Amino acid sequence: MSETASVARPGMLSLVGSIRGARTLGPLAGLVILCIAFGVAAPVFLTPRNLIQIVQQVMEVGTLAVGQTLIILTAGIDLSNGAIMVLGSIVMAKLAVASGVPAPLAILAGLLVTTVLGLCNGLIVALFRVPPFVATLGMLNLAYATTLLYSGQASVDNLPPGLLILDSHIPIGSFALPIGPLVMLAVIAVMWYLLNQTGWGRHIYAFGNNVEAARLTGINVTRLQISAYLSAGIIYGIAALLVLGRTTVGDPNAGQTDNLDSITAVVIGGTSLFGGRGGVIGTLIGALIVGVLRNGLTLVGVEALWQTFATGIIVIVAVAADEATRRKRA
Amino acid sequence: MNAARDSARVPVLSARGLVKRYGHVVALDGADFEIYDDEIVAVVGDNGAGKSTLIKALSGALIPDAGEVRAGGEIIHLRGPKDARRLGIETVYQDLAMAPALDISTNLFLGREIRRPGVWGNLFRALDTPRMRKEAAEHLSGLKIGIRSIRQSVETLSGGQRQGVAVARAVSWGTRCVIMDEPTAALGVKETGMVLELIRHVKARGVPVILISHNMPNVFEVADRISVMRLGKRVRIARPGEQTMQDVVAMMTGASRETVAELNTEGTTQNA
Repeated sequence: MSETASVARPGMLSLVGSIRGARTLGPLAGLVILCIAFGVAAPVFLTPRNLIQIVQQVMEVGTLAVGQTLIILTAGIDLSNGAIMVLGSIVMAKLAVASGVPAPLAILAGLLVTTVLGLCNGLIVALFRVPPFVATLGMLNLAYATTLLYSGQASVDNLPPGLLILDSHIPIGSFALPIGPLVMLAVIAVMWYLLNQTGWGRHIYAFGNNVEAARLTGINVTRLQISAYLSAGIIYGIAALLVLGRTTVGDPNAGQTDNLDSITAVVIGGTSLFGGRGGVIGTLIGALIVGVLRNGLTLVGVEALWQTFATGIIVIVAVAADEATRRKRA
Repeated sequence: MNAARDSARVPVLSARGLVKRYGHVVALDGADFEIYDDEIVAVVGDNGAGKSTLIKALSGALIPDAGEVRAGGEIIHLRGPKDARRLGIETVYQDLAMAPALDISTNLFLGREIRRPGVWGNLFRALDTPRMRKEAAEHLSGLKIGIRSIRQSVETLSGGQRQGVAVARAVSWGTRCVIMDEPTAALGVKETGMVLELIRHVKARGVPVILISHNMPNVFEVADRISVMRLGKRVRIARPGEQTMQDVVAMMTGASRETVAELNTEGTTQNA
């Protein structure tokens, strides 16, 4: 059968397939057009240094958006991811600086905090049937208040080098490639693999598509939903370490719009808020679109507030486009 | 097929004296049922006659208050749909219970995916997508379900094709019997014909089919026996060659006195 004979390397082919899917094609075309336009308008735009800077500017939100994608694929939403990330970073910073805990242990403790809070979100949503919007809104407040209480509303300076590992660079000739963006890309690659090449990932999509169908095929949907929020919590911990690397301080008031920015990236990337459609490749493109737009508009001399204005328009266009294709299918 | 031969064999799936009450409402009032390995049995009845309650009891979706369910002669206690599936009792639901955005092969293997052999499968949990696609394609063509590509998402299929995929999912994996709930509702004439043909193919594969349907012509076209339900009981077993559609409708509704009188002698005629 020629159909099956051509599927020799499923991994590569489905990676190509997931980009080729119309859902990702629109955002990708948008990103390319933006890059060409800014490249023409401002020659500096396409220099490697500037492009890397763009990726560095989106890596936090991009990483958070990977967890957000996972949750949105289950037809949920996470308003607490920025606050959880900041709490994680404050735990890492304060333990290392104020309590003298060795950096690796402090990092583990921070990761544990974000993972447990992700798990709590999952338990509240899956067991107590609290709508994800409300559950994570509550968690947003809990995490933010805990961050301020624990930090005494003060920044934590003088971080030990161990907490700044994601600020390091890999020298390539005269060029220094920062590790942070690579970490984000690695998180995306791992999540892409899990979503597309494992049964768990297929179940996540099935859950978002039709919970009842997933349940009837014998999938433990409660456990599956909890696992999505828990995995997102782990990713928020990685984002916490990225924040420390980029800012080199533990700032309790950091990342206050990251939750909405991560939703923006997911939505622009073509993942449906109704669940079950989309993926992390789209989210990467969505995050890059926001980054490119901000960077490019700055280079051509457009004020920051107009950049936010432009992002707002793109979000609405993206969701309207999704709604239109959804109606065409139905 | 005759009654004498039936009584000498063990039914694939049977129920005796099933009772289910919801408060004051008696949904099942001592219902019986059996199906043998080479037949299509239709379950008919008016709304509220207990059809769907009976089917739910057989598929593990509810636990009856009294009575017994047997599979291959053994008494079984189904605590959920998973138990039923483990025993090879598969149900094709009216709403088809599929993930529309996922492709056919993924839907067929949902919840029982095949992993790649070796380290990739065991350690990294990688799915064997080519193998699942190959098996899915073979399985569908074995049931004569025509589909362009196994990679199409389910939402791009017609109603009849979707029904085909749902049935194909049910008859894989060592199935003892398939329960189909209104498989031709919401389908056009041509597609209905396709699905009825498919039901015959399933039977030809040695998998008996329990068919719940309101559509009397469909029932008469494919069923070997018709289990007529009324007020929570099976009142009669009809056969398409022996009774007319009007007879069956009369049994369902208890329309005429003669019909009711006939029902009371059912127990004796069955043991003849």
